[in-house]
Amino acid sequence: MLNKPAVALFATVLVVSAACGGSTATTPPPTQAVTPPPTQAVTPPPTQAVTPPASSTAGCSVGVSWNNFQQPRWAAHDKPAIQQTVTAGGGTYTDADANLSSEQQATDIQTMVNKGVNVLIVLAQDTTAALPAIKAAEQAGVKVIAYDRLIEDPSVLYITFDNVAVGKAQATALLTKVPKGNYVIIKGDQGDPNASTFLPSGYKEAGLLDKVAAGDITILNATGTTYPADYGTFTNAWATETAQSNMEAIIDSATSSGKTIDAILDENDSTALGVVGAETAKSMSYAPLSGQDGDTANLNNVALGKQYVDIWKNANELGKAAGAAALALCAGGSMASLTLQSGLIDPTVAPTAGLTAQPFTTPANNTVSSFILQPTPVTADNLQLLIDQKWIAKADLCKDVVAATAPAACK
Amino acid sequence: MTNLAEAGPAPAQAKPPTRTRVRDAIARLRGLIARLRGFIAQTEIDLRLFGMLVALGVILLVFNIASDGKLVQPANMITMAVQACGIAILSTGMVLVIVSRNIDLSVGSLVGLISMSYAILMTDWFPHILGLSSSVPLQWALALVLGIGIGILVGAIQGFIIAYIGVPSFIVTLGGLLSIRGLIWYQSQGAAVTGLDPTFQLIGGGALGSAGEMVTWAIGIVGCVAIIGLLYNNRRQRRRYGFPLRPKWAEVVIGAVSSAAVLFLAWFVNNNFWPKGLADQYAASHGIVPPPGGLRIPTGVPFPVLLLIGVMLVMAFVATRRRFGRSVYAYGGNPDAAELAGINTRWTIMKTYMIMGVLCALAAAIAAARLNGSTLDIGVSYELYVIAAAVVGGTSFSGGIGTIPGAVLGAFVMQSLAYGLSFIGVNSPGQNVVAGIVLILAVGFDTWNRRRSR
Repeated sequence: MLNKPAVALFATVLVVSAACGGSTATTPPPTQAVTPPPTQAVTPPPTQAVTPPASSTAGCSVGVSWNNFQQPRWAAHDKPAIQQTVTAGGGTYTDADANLSSEQQATDIQTMVNKGVNVLIVLAQDTTAALPAIKAAEQAGVKVIAYDRLIEDPSVLYITFDNVAVGKAQATALLTKVPKGNYVIIKGDQGDPNASTFLPSGYKEAGLLDKVAAGDITILNATGTTYPADYGTFTNAWATETAQSNMEAIIDSATSSGKTIDAILDENDSTALGVVGAETAKSMSYAPLSGQDGDTANLNNVALGKQYVDIWKNANELGKAAGAAALALCAGGSMASLTLQSGLIDPTVAPTAGLTAQPFTTPANNTVSSFILQPTPVTADNLQLLIDQKWIAKADLCKDVVAATAPAACK
Repeated sequence: MTNLAEAGPAPAQAKPPTRTRVRDAIARLRGLIARLRGFIAQTEIDLRLFGMLVALGVILLVFNIASDGKLVQPANMITMAVQACGIAILSTGMVLVIVSRNIDLSVGSLVGLISMSYAILMTDWFPHILGLSSSVPLQWALALVLGIGIGILVGAIQGFIIAYIGVPSFIVTLGGLLSIRGLIWYQSQGAAVTGLDPTFQLIGGGALGSAGEMVTWAIGIVGCVAIIGLLYNNRRQRRRYGFPLRPKWAEVVIGAVSSAAVLFLAWFVNNNFWPKGLADQYAASHGIVPPPGGLRIPTGVPFPVLLLIGVMLVMAFVATRRRFGRSVYAYGGNPDAAELAGINTRWTIMKTYMIMGVLCALAAAIAAARLNGSTLDIGVSYELYVIAAAVVGGTSFSGGIGTIPGAVLGAFVMQSLAYGLSFIGVNSPGQNVVAGIVLILAVGFDTWNRRRSR
C-alpha cells in the first residue's frame, strides 16, 4: 500500500526527466533534430549558433563574456544590441554567462580565445580577477573591450556609461528634492568599483559632502568620517533580499533614535527594490529613493511614487557602441584613434567628449582609451521617454497605478 | 574571587587559610552547581534548549548595550523575528533530513523557484491565461496551493532519486541547487516580477499583515491553556503507565513560567504600534479624531510568525508523536536496524524531501510577500543558513539526533546576530565573519559538552 504513491511518483519522475532531457539536450541525435522542445520554448534564440573558429580573413568574430544574467538588463537589452550591431556589420556573435563567478569568467574567456574570436567584449565580474585571462587573450592577438565595468589593464578599450555621472545625477535629483534632512546610503557589492568608488565620487561632485559639512544633511548610516568607505551600507552581490534586511534594520535603528528618514540614496535598482520592500513592511510610507538601470519593476515603482528617480542607462546605445567598436577594431583600427560613426548613437546619450575615443585614467593609474556615454535621469515627469524609446511597455510601467496619482505617462 | 580580594592586603600571614577558604568556596560552588543540575534534572528541562535561550538572551543583551539600549524594543524584535521566519520554517524540515543522515542543498533554489512562480502566477497567469480579474477572491490561496504542489513535486523527484535509486543526497541536491536556480532565469527571462495579490502580501507581515491586538491576546490565552492541559495530560498518562512523575513543584514552576512567558510575549508584541502615517490614514478614513499623540493601534503578532509557530507545532508533533517521525529518528540512529525492524526506510526518506518541498513553498510565500514580488536572487544561500540553524540547534550530522524547537531557536540565534550587527551598522561582510565563527563555536561547544557528559 505504501508503495503505490512511490510508483506513481516514479512514473512522474520518468515523464518529467524525459521532458527535461528533451529541452536541455544541446546535442540531439541527428535524425530527430527537428523535434519541438516539449517544455515551454522560452529559450533565447541565438546561443546555439556557436560559431566555428572564424578564419581571420572572413567576417569578424566577436565574443562576449557576461558576468551574469541575474540582473535583467544584460540579457534583455545589452545582448540584443551588441548582437544586432555585430551581425548587421557582417560579423559573428558568441557569448557565455559566468553566473557571477570570476573563475567561470576566466574559463569562458579562455574558451572563446581558443575558439578564435577576434574581439572580446567583457562585462567583468571583478576588475582584477579577470586580468590573467585578459592578458592571455591579448597575447593571442585578441582585442579586448571592457564593457560597462572597468578592467585594470592599460590595453583595453573601456566603453561604459559615466558612472560618476550616474552618481552625480542620483544625488543631484535627491538633493534638489530633499535639500535638508536625514539621508541613508545603500551601496552595492563591496567588490565593485562602481559601488565603492565611482558612484560615491558622483555624490561628492553633486555636493553631498558639502551639505553634510554644513549640517544640512545627516547620513544616518555613516560609521565614521572617511569618505566614501564609512558612508553607507554595502550589499553583498547587490542582492535584493540583503538590501531589504539591511534597510529594515536601518529603519528600526532610526525609529529607535526618534529620527525620520528623509531620503535614500541607493546605488541601483536591485537594491532599491529591497528598500521599497522594507519601507512597505515597516512604515508604508516612501521617502524619495534613487536607483539606476531602468528595471521594469523599479520604473513601475517610479510611476507608483515609491521610487523618486531612476538613472536610466540606455543599454541599447551602449550595446550599439560596443558592437560598432568591435567591428572597427576587427577592421584594424587602433584603439587610441577609434571613432564611432556619427548618427549611430542617440545624441543625448553620446559622450560629451565626442565620438572619438578619449584617454581615461583608471583608479589604479592606468590610461585606457574610452567611450563614456551619458546617463538619463528619469522621474515621474519624464517616464514617457521610456515608452517612446520602447524600453518598457506602458502596461508594465503603469501596472496598479491609480488614476488619481498617475504620472502623465500613465494617463 | 571575593575571598582572594579580601586576602590581598596581608598575603604573608593569611596564605594557608586563604587557600583552604578558596578550596572551600570552590567546593561549595561545585555543590551548588550539582544541586542546580539535580534541580534542573527533576524538572526535565532540555538543557541544550535552555542553554540556547540563554545564548539568545546574551546576544540580544550585548547588542542592546552596543546600541545604547535601543535594540530590544517590540518593533525591532518583530523585524528580527519576521526576518528569521523563512530560515526557521525551513530548518524544521532540515532537522528531519539531517537526522536521517541526508542533506538538502537545494532549498534556497527551490525557494527562489516557487517564489518566482507565485509572482508569475499572480501577475501573469491568473489575469491573462485564466482571465481572473483582481476582484476574484482567494487567488492568494490558489497560488499558495500551486506553489506547495511545485514544492512537493520537486521534493518527490529529488527524494525518489535519493531513496530509491540510491544517489547520494549531497549530489542530487547539489544538482538541484544548480539546475533549479537556472530554471528561475527562464521563468522571467531575468526580470524582477512585482505587484502581487494584496491578500497574498499579508503573509509577509508588516502592520497590515499582523493578527491585531485581540487575536494576539486570544492566541496567548489559548497557548497558556494548551500548556497547562498538556502538562496535566502528560502527568495523567505517566501515572497510568506507572512512569516516574515529575515532582509537583516542578510541574507548577514549568507551567507558571511558560504561561507567563507566553503572556509576556503577547503583551510585548502588542506594544508595537502601526506606523504613524498609516494610523493617521486609518483614522481619517474611519472618521476617528486621533488623540494628541496620534492613534496607537497595536499590530500584534505578524502572520509570518504565526505561520512559523504553526509549522513548528505540527513538525514537532510529527517528529515526536507520529510513526513517520519515529521512523526518521530510528533510521538516523541505525539504518540497518530500522530496515530490519520493518520500517519502509525508502518511503520515509522520500517523504522527508517532500515535506522539505512544502516548507520551501511556505518560506517562498513569506519571501515573495515581503518583497511584493520576486527577483532572481531570492533564496540565494538559504541552504547554508538553514543547515547552520539546524546544526547550531543541536542537530548532529552523524544522524539520529536533533529537535525541531532546537532548530528554530538556532535560526533565531543566527538571525539575532545578523540583525544586531546590521542594527549597529556593521556591513554584510562583517556579518558573515561573525556568523561563521559563531557556527563553529556553537558546534564545537556542543561536541565538547556531549563528549564530556558521556
